[in-house]
Amino acid sequence: MTKEERYEKLKDIIKIYLPEDVNITAVHENSNFITELNINSASLVDIVLDVEDAFDIRLENEDMDEMLTVKNALDIIATKLAAK
Amino acid sequence: MNKEQILEFLPYAKPFLFVDELLGVDDKGAEGRFTFYATMDCYTGHFKEYPVTPGVLLTECCAQIGLVCLGIYLLKGEKNLNKMKIGMSSSQMEFLKPVLPNETVRVVSKKIYFRFQKLKCDVRMYDAKGEMVCKGILAGMLTTNADE
Repeated sequence: MTKEERYEKLKDIIKIYLPEDVNITAVHENSNFITELNINSASLVDIVLDVEDAFDIRLENEDMDEMLTVKNALDIIATKLAAK
Repeated sequence: MNKEQILEFLPYAKPFLFVDELLGVDDKGAEGRFTFYATMDCYTGHFKEYPVTPGVLLTECCAQIGLVCLGIYLLKGEKNLNKMKIGMSSSQMEFLKPVLPNETVRVVSKKIYFRFQKLKCDVRMYDAKGEMVCKGILAGMLTTNADE
């Protein structure tokens, strides 16, 4: 899976949890989930669980703590996939 | 941690405590009961002519037994349990039967997941006859981490 494919797959997940007033076009690599995309911590957990299913990986509490931006998420996904 | 100890950690008091007794709890779920006593303030206005327990209070009862009691059990061993912070993050309920003053209900909760401090449960409430009065999916965040 290329980086672009992972990014698109992640965006498909994120878009489910965006608040009504945030459009998917607002999502960029450097977007902060909570402060910029207005995703709350409860929804962020659901994003992580969906990411686990979609990429067949498992994230730990430390990964969750590091996952502030879309780029952080992509890095974590890439690392986990590489370690498989 | 036993059932009585869990109740001591509950961060509620009258008039907003909706757990009388915990009937059972394990890693997979919790079960408890509560009697909606007839002197509760809400009955004077819900409704003006005939008292019926508001759905939000049925939901709250499901959440206190199904999410919070279970959450305390799942967090057993955490040293800051007395400083636990909680918040309901989502509720999706269906109400099937009215609950009248003095009715005792039983709530059965089954854990869907507890990950990254989020507890999501399938909850069901039954009346004294064993008939279902409401059911739904509730989720909340529970943390004992002081800086969050």
